[in-house]
Amino acid sequence: MSDIEFHAVAKTGDLDDGEAIQVIVGKKEIAIYNLEGAYYATDDICTHAYASLADGYVEGESIECPLHGGCFDIKTGKALTPPVTEDLKVYEVKIDGDDILVGVQG
Amino acid sequence: MSDPAIVVIGAGQAGGWAARTLRDEGFEGGIVVIGEEPYPPYERPPLSKEVLLGKEPADSSYLWPEGSFDELGIELRTGVGATAIDRAARTVALSDGGSIPYRKLLIATGGRVRRLPVEGAELDGVHYLRGIDDSEAIRGDLGEGAKLVVIGGGWIGLEVAAAARMLGAEVTVVEALDRLCGRALTPELAAWLLDVHRGRGVDVRLGATVEALTGEGRVSGARLSGGETLAATAVVIGIGIVPNVELAEAAGLEIDNGVRVDAHCRTSDPDIFAAGDVTNHPNDLLGRNIRLESWENAQNQGIAAARAMLGGETPYCEIPWFWSDQYDVNIQLVGLPNDFEETVTRGERADGSFVEFYMKGGRIDGAAAINNPRDIRFAKRLMQAQKTVDPAALADPSVKLQALLRG
Repeated sequence: MSDIEFHAVAKTGDLDDGEAIQVIVGKKEIAIYNLEGAYYATDDICTHAYASLADGYVEGESIECPLHGGCFDIKTGKALTPPVTEDLKVYEVKIDGDDILVGVQG
Repeated sequence: MSDPAIVVIGAGQAGGWAARTLRDEGFEGGIVVIGEEPYPPYERPPLSKEVLLGKEPADSSYLWPEGSFDELGIELRTGVGATAIDRAARTVALSDGGSIPYRKLLIATGGRVRRLPVEGAELDGVHYLRGIDDSEAIRGDLGEGAKLVVIGGGWIGLEVAAAARMLGAEVTVVEALDRLCGRALTPELAAWLLDVHRGRGVDVRLGATVEALTGEGRVSGARLSGGETLAATAVVIGIGIVPNVELAEAAGLEIDNGVRVDAHCRTSDPDIFAAGDVTNHPNDLLGRNIRLESWENAQNQGIAAARAMLGGETPYCEIPWFWSDQYDVNIQLVGLPNDFEETVTRGERADGSFVEFYMKGGRIDGAAAINNPRDIRFAKRLMQAQKTVDPAALADPSVKLQALLRG
């Protein structure tokens, strides 16, 4: 059994509203999003083809993959538009001062 | 007796997405998808990229895991073709002798490779690339010591050339025009791409044509019109596709460089729709009719056709978008710019990551991005919104395109 461990991955000032960045936790590539000052985290690699969603386009509460245009719900990871049909994993985010912490299974 | 099914002819990207969308949109009647190939619907782009390189298995290109259509109650009939449409009887005749009645019909027959009419084109080791079997056959010929001649310096030819170089083959590309990707890239960008390939050791022959393929049983050479013969252990021909319109044409539907459809994917018969590479369709954003050979159009027009078949009234109209991967270079294009006034470059060519915007009347008429997928999606949105944009802002990498879209 492994518990969720929180890792400081970025500073809140690293990304503006409507932006996403990629962070690495262990060997996992995770995307962090800023939606109007609230932070969210999902797997960074699109479930359709190998692309970093952090390079994609944030619109409202969805992220559009930069390669083929599939969209996911940032808060739930749900696959929203073709070609993606498989959901993204989402991670818990905590803010500590100006640190963004992401919860990943240890 | 139950109502006839909605029948989809063609189990590719367009047909596959159409069938799935019919279910997703709540259609509960029968759906039959007819495909000539033995595979479930799959997407073709990986066949000249990851699958050809052996990085991914062929079945990774399936749109959905095998058996997905069973679960959705969609009847997928593979290995069988449609041979005739009887519009009066509302039936489709099949190559196995059977016949299926339809309530509505979707023609998603795509295209087939254009054949090179030269002597020796039937030799072993001469390939075209369209389907999974082609990709696997080419890969099988790219082992140790392979000398590959690629005929055609368009997207397929260049992607195959790149993959073959990455696998260690000697590669020559023979292109009849004086530049690569003649229809799609500006001369400057074509020259940039030529440098990429030459820098990777590809022998690119521009303004050259192959007169004959030579060999005993198996290809061993490609003779150029100048008389020189290039040694070859394999040849890949990539000189475009031809839309599969014959079925529609024989049924009396309107044909004009493809099956003519309206913005609702309807042919000249209100119960017959068409989608994908085979269609010639109106595009109000571009102000003209177009036929596209693209992954995105196949997917999205397939989806649009399904919705229209169920009575949806949203017209299908999008800014065309294409991409290619060659080595570590990702190329993305939006629009079909043809008579633009100015080119604005964002970023430095020397850095290998830049965007060219092609401007017309204060708006973006098209754009090409090298290793910059993010900016191209903003460009597409700026075009879709028909925004007037300041060229100086586009050229300034410190100005976020997102801001232009919001402004």
